[in-house]
Amino acid sequence: MTLTENKPETRPSLAPQKGGLLADRAFSWWTLGTGLLVLGILALILITTVREAWPAFVEMGFRYVTERTWDPNPAEGAPIFGALSFMYGTAVTSLIALLIAVPVSIGIALFITELAPRRLRGSAITVIDLLAAVPSVVFGLWGVLVLAPILVDFYRGVHDVFSGVPVLGTIFGEAASGRNFMTAGLILAIMVTPIITSICREVFGTVPQADKDAALALGATRWEMIRGAVFPHSFGGITGAVMLGLGRAMGETIAVALVVGGSTNLSANLFEPGNTMAAVIVQQFGESTGTYTAALIGLGVVLFGMTVLINLAAQRIVRRAEARMRGGVA
Amino acid sequence: MNRNVLSRRVLAGVALAALALTGCGTSDSDSDTPGSGNNAGGEYASLSGELKASGASFPDAYYQEVITAFKEVAPNVTVNYNATGSGTGKKQFGEGLTDFAGTDSLVKDTDGVAAGSYLYVPTVAAPITVSYNLQGVDKLQLSADTLAKIFQAEIKTWNDPAIAADNPGVTLPATPITVAHRSDGSGTTNNFTKYLAAAAPNTWKLGSGDTVNWPSNTQGGEKNTGVAQIVKQADGGIGYVDLSDAKASELKFAAIKNKDGQFVEPSIEGTTSGLEGAEVAEDLSYNPLDAAGASAYPITAPTFLLVKTSYDDPAKAELVKGFVKYLLNDGQDLAKEIDFAPLPASLKEKALAQVDKIQG
Repeated sequence: MTLTENKPETRPSLAPQKGGLLADRAFSWWTLGTGLLVLGILALILITTVREAWPAFVEMGFRYVTERTWDPNPAEGAPIFGALSFMYGTAVTSLIALLIAVPVSIGIALFITELAPRRLRGSAITVIDLLAAVPSVVFGLWGVLVLAPILVDFYRGVHDVFSGVPVLGTIFGEAASGRNFMTAGLILAIMVTPIITSICREVFGTVPQADKDAALALGATRWEMIRGAVFPHSFGGITGAVMLGLGRAMGETIAVALVVGGSTNLSANLFEPGNTMAAVIVQQFGESTGTYTAALIGLGVVLFGMTVLINLAAQRIVRRAEARMRGGVA
Repeated sequence: MNRNVLSRRVLAGVALAALALTGCGTSDSDSDTPGSGNNAGGEYASLSGELKASGASFPDAYYQEVITAFKEVAPNVTVNYNATGSGTGKKQFGEGLTDFAGTDSLVKDTDGVAAGSYLYVPTVAAPITVSYNLQGVDKLQLSADTLAKIFQAEIKTWNDPAIAADNPGVTLPATPITVAHRSDGSGTTNNFTKYLAAAAPNTWKLGSGDTVNWPSNTQGGEKNTGVAQIVKQADGGIGYVDLSDAKASELKFAAIKNKDGQFVEPSIEGTTSGLEGAEVAEDLSYNPLDAAGASAYPITAPTFLLVKTSYDDPAKAELVKGFVKYLLNDGQDLAKEIDFAPLPASLKEKALAQVDKIQG
């Protein structure tokens, strides 16, 4: 994509100098190389992990992704490796994280770009960026030592409020401890917020001042201006930010391993302990051998596949929405 | 000019210090050799080189203690033990990356260590406590069957008749039980589940291994400290934790009914007497779980070093022999201080004989 845009015609129409031509060609090769490098690395990762995971895929067949039992050392019979519980855990914790982090991040980004007084802006940005620099294990330890014990009572309160209500009563069920899907989701939300915020901030910064002025001149309130001028212009960027956040949330390992509860569990109750794919890999890899190791690498392959699928889906959504919004605005 | 003088002074100082050091060294060994032959100091002082090892994290605290002490009798030897976990330790040992390995579990075909290329050397053992947190109950007794039912989540509250039957005269609250287990693959899980499989064969259905398929409403914690943390945070919590971590977290532990029908609390003495009651195989692998003996604590985790039957480099063989012998002789005295149980005399003799089989 970038390559076609860098065709010689788009060069400034000054008389081409010899050095300039050479530099241009070098630049073109360099970008092509780096572009291909990324693709190559991705392909190599996929090939190697699939090859390493192959024994487990062969042994389990399609059941690898439909079976919810993960039993490397059963009392009798062959080991069972079913990734479904962990796929569910990854999906559910990431979803909680996004549900919380996206509105918060967009709010912070809007505040910084549209509302904050100039002298507050700089410090707000610094604080958010600092949050992104905190190592994930620190979030995990804080979650397990501080947040989880405090949250148990809160969870029990929520359960009492919703018990008896059809769907919500199941989602907010009994809480035995503070280590569960919900806490993991909360920790992830805090971790992805700075990523989504800083990208959204950059995206909002690119909205032409003329568009905003035009909206205001037509008598729009500040919120109407944001809805009418800022959001349509930045929809693609926001989605990109959310996807990056989602990638971080799905792949986050050690913080989740510490707070998610470490139990093979597929339950609609968000207050029950569970586990995610990345967390299982880090917990069990060291002591595994043979097919067990292969099954753990297989989790990596599944995670990889899920991420790619979600990203492709997001691209489609963005393309459609942008087309619709352009139509609407014009 | 000034700088020159300074550097000369420093040089002189260093030279003096070096002289003094070598002086000390020679006089030390001089005084040792003619002295009593049973003192090991001189024996190890001549060794020099580097040993690399990795493996089980459970005895890591003990090995580090021994390594530090060994440094004093053999100042020219550097021993590095990296607590990677038994599985990784065996893998690296099999690939020849390390000179010896620590392992809590025996070598399996899939571990990547060739049969006949290694020897087991038992080193220490430690009790695995069943730690609990239950307000108002300071003394708890559990039989293997009850324990199995608790960890299978068949018993859900503390006032269950099965627990009450093990604890006559104790009022138990109706608190729900929170079961804590290891979320990482672990030799501790392996030994604990092996014990349940051996002592409660008709009740325990989850099998045994480094990771087992725990019921979905149980809690997983990272390492011993993670499990201890869960137990500590939840009223009604119960989990299996090694003795030193359970003590460090100030947890209460249950007395477990042993093979002779006695309820025994986890202790170093109980563990050593459990080792005495264990049957030792020809290759020195042994299983102290659910051992006979009135004072034996039944849930005991053994740990081994894996050494090669023969090393390509004779000097390396001498080094390994030296370190392991030190560990089995003087090193055993260090065990108790950090909550590990030393080997009983009979097993120690066998282990020393095993070390002599190393060729190089």
